Amino acid sequence: MTKQNANQTKAVWTLGEVRNGQIHTVSYELLAWGRGLADDLGVELVSVILGSGIKDQAQALIHRGADRVLVVDHPELEHFTVDPFAEVLTALIEEHRPDVFLASATSQGRTIMPVLAVKVGAGLTADCTELSIDPEEKLLIQSRPAVGGNIMATIKTPTLRPQMSTVRPKSKRPLPIDTDRQGEIVVKEFSQDKLASRVKRIDFIAEDTIGAPIQDAEVIVAVGKGLRDAKHLPMIEELVSLLGGSVGASRRAIDQGWISYSHQIGLSGKTVSPRLYIACGISGAVQHLAGIQSAETIVAINSDPDAPIFGVADYGLVGDLFEIVPLLTEKIRQRNKEAE
Amino acid sequence: MNIVVMIKQVPATDKVKMDEATGTMIRDGVASELNPLDLYAVEEAVRIKERLGDVTISVLSMGPQKAAEAIRSAIALGCDKGFLLSDKKFAGSDTWATAYTLSTAIRKVSPEADLVLCGERATDGETGQVGPEVGAYLEMPILTYVSRIEEIGDGRIKAHRAVEGGHEVVESSLPALVSVVKEINEPRMPNLKGKMQAKRTEVPVLSAEDIDADDSRLGLKGSPTRVVKIFRPQLARRGTIVSAQPDADAAVEGVVDFLIQRGAL
Repeated sequence: MTKQNANQTKAVWTLGEVRNGQIHTVSYELLAWGRGLADDLGVELVSVILGSGIKDQAQALIHRGADRVLVVDHPELEHFTVDPFAEVLTALIEEHRPDVFLASATSQGRTIMPVLAVKVGAGLTADCTELSIDPEEKLLIQSRPAVGGNIMATIKTPTLRPQMSTVRPKSKRPLPIDTDRQGEIVVKEFSQDKLASRVKRIDFIAEDTIGAPIQDAEVIVAVGKGLRDAKHLPMIEELVSLLGGSVGASRRAIDQGWISYSHQIGLSGKTVSPRLYIACGISGAVQHLAGIQSAETIVAINSDPDAPIFGVADYGLVGDLFEIVPLLTEKIRQRNKEAE
Repeated sequence: MNIVVMIKQVPATDKVKMDEATGTMIRDGVASELNPLDLYAVEEAVRIKERLGDVTISVLSMGPQKAAEAIRSAIALGCDKGFLLSDKKFAGSDTWATAYTLSTAIRKVSPEADLVLCGERATDGETGQVGPEVGAYLEMPILTYVSRIEEIGDGRIKAHRAVEGGHEVVESSLPALVSVVKEINEPRMPNLKGKMQAKRTEVPVLSAEDIDADDSRLGLKGSPTRVVKIFRPQLARRGTIVSAQPDADAAVEGVVDFLIQRGAL
């Protein structure tokens, strides 16, 4: 073990996430949340990262806001499995007892955090979309949607430490890269016998997806029940390819089988934060709206002037999407030509 | 083989009422059902039983007395017996206290459990935390997001996990905790024989004392987290709304100008 101040310094910790040997961008989103919390508390922001052959990437976490990075780099940690990750993280948490510990609400985070909550004896709040510090009590205020997005609940953990949360991916944008930021990288060693896993990963079957995964897209044109039939998709795809984006869909459109589940946006699908979101024939159920809150610009096209989607739109067009979408495609194409 | 399926009774609608003072759901007078995502865990347990033969499936739930209905509906689908954890001391539990209670009960009613199955999450609280927490309390290997059980038996399980970007194939020793996703199967409907069986089956009610629980870890006072506020989400933006009638061309021209000005294109 590296020498570490035995005094349990107050700190905000985030759990970095490695996928296929690379630090995943959700790690940087968490640092953006963590930076704000650490500054409000006046404490250090620490990112913890576990993986194999990842030491050299740790600097990226400093550039994205961390003051310190704890790295555990071991072949046994190449892929996420519960046992060794729980062993390592429990040991680190018990050694330092940070004030706050955040992980992403991904399949990794949502699996490991409940285990840690039991092992270190601390409370855990799932799938937060909003985090802040109570200015008086200095407690973490965690807000999360429940019951299909109809309710937001605010949760605190009064006594036990760390205060732990999983955080919805895409609920905040990463901080810009700052290569001038300085920080410390601490490599933590663990002996092999601590890293055994009862669950063995024996294979990975990658999913065939065309284009960028919806949660990473900069531009999304999404369809709802108003599309009426899958045969109208090419009209949408034409606009999408012009804008260089991805196709999204509401639950209603997914349930009709027009497009696969990986395109679903909303609480029961993905949360997205594109630069531009164009909703076509989507009425805007709460569960859908909760998934697009952090889009920069929202354009809504719907024939029903009372559709709730207009309540969240920056620009709304009331009318027939079959008339409006082709016009929109044509006009954007025209402008692009003029700009050349 | 002994299988325990953990289930939850949830409001049958997503338009639940909340008690704004306590931050808890008002469950009285609201129709309830077995959590739809738990049906996949029940179905998978029944399929394993059909495949292997010598399997006993116990259903376990924590909730008010009427949650026995949810247990009966799982028995109607082919589970063998059920236990309901119901005690005033359990009221107000967060996921941590719930998982403590469920795992303590499993040690009591099915100490030989080879497999503890559950759904991905409940449709009311939507945390998905109780499953892995129970696994941690029972010190079992934990397999979440399971979309297919390829092999099970002889103290081993081989399963597929639906994760970001694809499916991970994993192998583990048993006993294990497995949470399943929708993709895993198509739940059946109960048949008449099952419904009759469910009616006849006694569902014992277990109290904190019955499972030798540590009272300090139960209910609201055993819960590390506190709901301090509930509110309706405010998602509104104040945007420009334009009708495409009668002049669609001008309306679309307007949106394109807006997007260019905003740097969104």
